[in-house]
Amino acid sequence: MAELTDLSMLEAASALRAGDVSSTELTRACLDRIRAIDGDVHAFLTVTDDLALAQAEAADRKFKTRPGEELPLVLGIPIAVKDVLCVEGVPTTCGSRILEGYRPPYSATSVTRLVEAGAVILGKANTDEFAMGSSTENSAYGVSHNPWNLDRVPGGSSGGPAAAVAARMCFAALGTDTGGSVRQPAAFCGVSGLKTSYGRISRYGLIAYGSSLDTVGALARNIADLAPIFSLMAGHDPLDSTSVTDPVPEIRLNGADLRELRIGVPKEYFIEGLQPEVETAVREAIDAFRGMGAEIREISLPHTDLAVPVYYLIAPAEASANLARYDGVRYGPRRGPGKYPDDYFVTRGELFGDEVKRRIMLGTYALSAGYYDAYYGQAQKVRTLIKQDFDAAFKDVDLIACPVAPTTAFGIGAHGDDPLSMYLEDVFTLPANLAGIPGLSFPVGFDSDGLPIGMQFMAPHLKEAQLFSAAHTYQSATSWHTSWPEL
Amino acid sequence: MTDFDPVIGLEVHAELLTRSKMFCGCAVVDSTAAEPNSSVCEICSGMPGSLPVINQRAVEYALRVALALNCSIAETSVFARKNYFYPDLPKGFQITQYEFPLATDGWIEIDDPSAPVSSKRVRIRRVHLEEDTGKLVHRERHSLVDYNRSGVPLLEIVSEPDLGSADQARLYSLSLRSLLRYLEVNSGDLEKGVMRFEANVSLRPAGSVELGTRTEIKNLNSFRALSRSIEYEIDRQATLLRSGKPVAQDTLGWNEEQQITVSQRSKEEAHDYRYFPEPDLPPLHIDETWVEQIRADLPELPAVKRARFMSEYGLNAYAAGVLTAERSTAAFYEAAIESSQGTSPVKIANWLSGDLFGLLNEAGVEIDQSKVTSEALAGLVALVETGQISAASGKAVLDVLFAEGGSPESVVEKEGLAQVQDQAAIRLIVEQVLSNNPDQVSEYLAGKPALSEWFVGQIMRETRGKADPARVRTELDAALLALNDQEQSQSGR
Amino acid sequence: MALTHEEVRAIAHLARLQLTDEEVERFAGQLSDVLDYAARLNEVDTSEISPTASVLPMNAPLRPDEVRPCPPRDQLLANAPDPAGGMFRVPRVLELEP
Ligand SMILES: [Mg+2]
Ligand SMILES: [Zn+2]
Repeated sequence: MAELTDLSMLEAASALRAGDVSSTELTRACLDRIRAIDGDVHAFLTVTDDLALAQAEAADRKFKTRPGEELPLVLGIPIAVKDVLCVEGVPTTCGSRILEGYRPPYSATSVTRLVEAGAVILGKANTDEFAMGSSTENSAYGVSHNPWNLDRVPGGSSGGPAAAVAARMCFAALGTDTGGSVRQPAAFCGVSGLKTSYGRISRYGLIAYGSSLDTVGALARNIADLAPIFSLMAGHDPLDSTSVTDPVPEIRLNGADLRELRIGVPKEYFIEGLQPEVETAVREAIDAFRGMGAEIREISLPHTDLAVPVYYLIAPAEASANLARYDGVRYGPRRGPGKYPDDYFVTRGELFGDEVKRRIMLGTYALSAGYYDAYYGQAQKVRTLIKQDFDAAFKDVDLIACPVAPTTAFGIGAHGDDPLSMYLEDVFTLPANLAGIPGLSFPVGFDSDGLPIGMQFMAPHLKEAQLFSAAHTYQSATSWHTSWPEL
Repeated sequence: MTDFDPVIGLEVHAELLTRSKMFCGCAVVDSTAAEPNSSVCEICSGMPGSLPVINQRAVEYALRVALALNCSIAETSVFARKNYFYPDLPKGFQITQYEFPLATDGWIEIDDPSAPVSSKRVRIRRVHLEEDTGKLVHRERHSLVDYNRSGVPLLEIVSEPDLGSADQARLYSLSLRSLLRYLEVNSGDLEKGVMRFEANVSLRPAGSVELGTRTEIKNLNSFRALSRSIEYEIDRQATLLRSGKPVAQDTLGWNEEQQITVSQRSKEEAHDYRYFPEPDLPPLHIDETWVEQIRADLPELPAVKRARFMSEYGLNAYAAGVLTAERSTAAFYEAAIESSQGTSPVKIANWLSGDLFGLLNEAGVEIDQSKVTSEALAGLVALVETGQISAASGKAVLDVLFAEGGSPESVVEKEGLAQVQDQAAIRLIVEQVLSNNPDQVSEYLAGKPALSEWFVGQIMRETRGKADPARVRTELDAALLALNDQEQSQSGR
Repeated sequence: MALTHEEVRAIAHLARLQLTDEEVERFAGQLSDVLDYAARLNEVDTSEISPTASVLPMNAPLRPDEVRPCPPRDQLLANAPDPAGGMFRVPRVLELEP
């Protein structure tokens, strides 16, 4: 057998069932690989060796005591969890010094559902501070490196999870996507990443950034591996008032007939600034779908260029309130002269990073007296227009195909001290969050530097099943997803 | 002071008597008594990643109040975040309602002592739901935070500025307290902080419609503080205005020791709460059939009950007010009437609000816990009214009932308090007394009619107070008349 | 629109962030860039458009009024920077309640 860590998640699940390998062996293989290469990649903020090995042993007992039973596909599978999702008793920092040492007293619903199904938690993966960023450069605990080229960013904010999956330190990872934070790092690292519909997976225990935009997602080496993770995490949670009660769709991955499929290609997503190799690869993938029988239509999403300003008012506004609780009273370190209210100012001023402070201020301003209508209020109205663009488009097409990001992974430090230029990188991913619809990012090629290129599918709200079947059919016919970086 | 008219509006915050908190399952506990931080979870302490879910009963209670206040219920209302920093506010924002409150445009009638009854109608601007904050305990160098109260459902009731005096403000808040207790949504225990008041006060020249600059007095926790602070503020503003100085718009606190209002605004900033819709809670939709169900289940409210007690039972305004202030008292009263079989409701009211209330107050016992049942009280009043026992014996019987319970009849029997009603027996005693006191009889016959009172006293002493005084008088008058006739005929002979 | 240093300080005060002079300088420029970019939103006619606060066409679910056991106090205080006597200790709060 090849290296254990080279297996896909479903291959590993088969090996576990066949008795060829134990969960403990898989887990040790992952922990060994983390030890060997994570010094270079820095995908993990916390590695939970003891917890993982205990969970692996429990999984192995289950395989022994209940052979032949239909056990969850994630049973015994080592995964990583983005450090914005609470895992009971395990340090959860959101990549911020303001949560240094914080151990949540409860687990996120998404994590609980996987753990109860037997998944093995290897550790907490790096993120831009409070998921605010597109590169992990905003992590207070150091940038993660792209496994394809260590001088490049892995994307963000789920850069740690994407790098961990790409570097085969885990079989899958949980991420979160508020403005592209699963899809863009998946594209930069050449893995498959799912952003779920808003309301599909409970946000309970997802440490909030932009509450009306935050979604839990997952990253894996291919689409088929994502399906069981999605199915387990999805579904109503009474602890989240925005969790939908709609039934979770069954994901069918049996080589769907694409002749009935109508794919829309929005002209607004092929713009100046799009790296030509990205455009070429995405157009070739779209051609491949045409070749498999899908009907390709050019469509228009006319308000696309407004997504950046809308997002960068709404998300910071919500964040300014969501991050008000970090005051050094109940958890996290406290700084200052031991005076009130000085300690509030010093704690927050010293322990939040620049990007977090910028967004808090942006949001505070957008909500403040006299500016609400012009900024936050207007952004909410234009958000309606962006959502209406999608509603109209999905009357004619089943899926929308487009690039994930304008470029492949950029160099660490490339955006220097120009946040606006970094924000503009999110132009293709933000609209799905503003509209609450699901998206899937998967590899469709490489650029001349050998960096992966991703394509994105978007589907109507709650139509994740459509994303899966089409993208899986593509992966059955192509092999981009089977290339791995040498490390 | 007649040169200015005060214009006063009140904001009342009332905790709701739900079992669990507004947005989490933690028990609502008495935050003045419970161990600090003993009923706190990740949600009400604002742990990262936790989310709110609305308590259905809190909404139901809020609807009860809103309907009782004659408000329009919003089909859809929206929760919002009110952003400010304070150690007792764990999330850095309070979940409340702002632009779209649960209910608006209601009114309540309050009792104005300067008019006969329920004459003053105060308009209610809005009623909305929110969460309470935690509590701070101050030490010399530190403050300590207890989040037991954090997340307790709070109802905010905002009046229009319809109140014209500190006394009206007090009566308004008393009426609200009575209403909330009637609706069984708030205990009314002000000393436990379950109701808090904020008053805004301005003055305008008498007869003018133009509003003056208003000040806001925050955190008033008793009826006394409420009326004192408003009185103080009216005087303060009037003094300023009379000397030609402007009133500054301000937020004030009430200094209990010095009995003065003090400016509370920090110098540097006006509050900017940056309200926006709470993204963690979809809009609150209120089903109309639910509203109608709650409306149908509303109890008879104090003002209506009071008017009915006056017309149906012939009570005066004061007595009706006393007996309807608490739902339990009114229920006790009506149960007593029910079991009384025709005793005057006014007499029952007198015994209840006079004698029984006295005993209850003295012992600090609630009427529901009283050993005197409504049936026993009715029976007791009937015994007195039919002359079977004297009023004095009645009070003695009530004392026994209050201490031991039981029926008035058995107490009367056990204590031997039954009145002697037998005409013949009374006649015999009268004759005995007269024949034992020949000197007094002679004096009486010689023209000292006042002595008849002395004979009554002697007879009552003879019967140890058990003779019916009315019958005693009849028999005595008859006997004395007979003696008189006798003497007339003797002297005429 | 360019934010002045005073405006940046005022916002930072509202958000309880202590900034260095260097940060004020830097953030004034960066925030102004973003707000300038956002100004394009005001070119869109939204007079007939209602705002989207949430994409979900749902009403708030209501939870039955049931008590759920809460975690032990030790656990609640385990993350506190300065626990004391079962409470969260902070420097003496002088300002009256907001
Ligand atoms: Mg309030
Ligand atoms: Zn709680």
